[in-house]
Amino acid sequence: MYQVIGGIISPVNDGYRKQDLVAAHHRVAMARLALQTSDWVQVDPWESEQVQWMETVKVLRHHHSELLRSLPQTEGQDHGRACSVAPTAVPELKLLCGADVLKTFQTPNLWKDAHIQEIVEKFGVVCVSRTGHNPKEYISGSPILRRYQHNIHLVREPVQNELSSTYIRRALSQGHSVKYLLPDAVISYIKDHNLYTRDSSWKGSSTQRNEGKTD
Amino acid sequence: MKSRIPVVLLACGSFNPITNMHLRLFEVARDHLHQTGMYQVIGGIISPVNDGYRKQDLVAAHHRVAMARLALQTSDWVQVDPWESEQVQWMETVKVLRHHHSELLRSLPQTEGQDHGRACSVAPTAVPELKLLCGADVLKTFQTPNLWKDAHIQEIVEKFGVVCVSRTGHNPKEYISGSPILRRYQHNIHLVREPVQNELSSTYIRRALSQGHSVKYLLPDAVISYIKDHNLYTRDSSWKGSSTQRNEGKTD
Repeated sequence: MYQVIGGIISPVNDGYRKQDLVAAHHRVAMARLALQTSDWVQVDPWESEQVQWMETVKVLRHHHSELLRSLPQTEGQDHGRACSVAPTAVPELKLLCGADVLKTFQTPNLWKDAHIQEIVEKFGVVCVSRTGHNPKEYISGSPILRRYQHNIHLVREPVQNELSSTYIRRALSQGHSVKYLLPDAVISYIKDHNLYTRDSSWKGSSTQRNEGKTD
Repeated sequence: MKSRIPVVLLACGSFNPITNMHLRLFEVARDHLHQTGMYQVIGGIISPVNDGYRKQDLVAAHHRVAMARLALQTSDWVQVDPWESEQVQWMETVKVLRHHHSELLRSLPQTEGQDHGRACSVAPTAVPELKLLCGADVLKTFQTPNLWKDAHIQEIVEKFGVVCVSRTGHNPKEYISGSPILRRYQHNIHLVREPVQNELSSTYIRRALSQGHSVKYLLPDAVISYIKDHNLYTRDSSWKGSSTQRNEGKTD
């Protein structure tokens, strides 16, 4: 049903004030380095460059309108593609996240109900499962999610993997190797800029404000 | 400062293909040994198994060696050694250990004062130890009847030593307590918890490739390119067969 035509990584604004969050320009730079070898995913610093933190639905709205504005106006653009994309098909922008984020929809007062609805109704979610989470439960436990479950794509990640940014920060603060867990270019950047060295980077568990953000 | 024992880690296996998980074994093992305060890891060796092992879906050794070499391009301490794969026939692990240990001894610098620049001193007369680096699944195969020779198991744990990195679904302490030989030499078996539980395996990679799925970020880009350029792991049969273990338990 779908042809994925692009991917966007949008690092959160510094205003989110999550513990141990290094400055946005660093996080954007690291993502850019990590994506050097990708031919379809890019980092977009727009969210991080705004004056303040903003809700996820606003980021989705922004990128969707940017997507619509950048559509080619001419026909016959699909030569060379293995399958055809209907010339008048409006691209859909879907929120890609882990199951842990889907779970946070349940947390009282974290997300606005209207926003959850807009996200699953107007955009759609692609949720990749992670160890210890059962996304089907989260969906069946929420009336809004149940109603739009056709627009929530659950993906089983066959390689169960507990790798997380929290683990990386802790390992780095303890002087352990993180090679092969993240791209070499990102590891070099971290060393060059002396990031994640302080012990406190592992002491604090992240406090979730406003909306559940993944690592 | 107390001198640390120099150690080289040797990993045997199919490496069919090599994955980031294999590469992580070395990093995790080195950190662990250093934290004990007793060891200084001075090198790592990846030794892909001989084609004579006849494991299902084993691509030719020269490919597996080439892929490991590409994967190790960015490592400053681990290398691939094709010696085992270039022998006339398959050989038991203990023989590979013996070979590399004697090579290690032959290559020792004879002069003194060689340790300038190192953060901690390695005793100039300390004999480097060569330890078998493996996952818990390999340690478990020691129990399989008729798979390993008892004398070999003993030589491995007594004369060389094992660094065993735990894997999902394995309990290495059980394997040790269930074997008299392993119990006797358990001081020479280092159990390392891999904090990042990871089910990545070469079998999974082969299956994903045969189904046309992406394996990007699971193994180095250079290895993925090599696999594509040489058309490896494309046939459906690469996932149908589960590997049959002969003679000794080899990891992916």
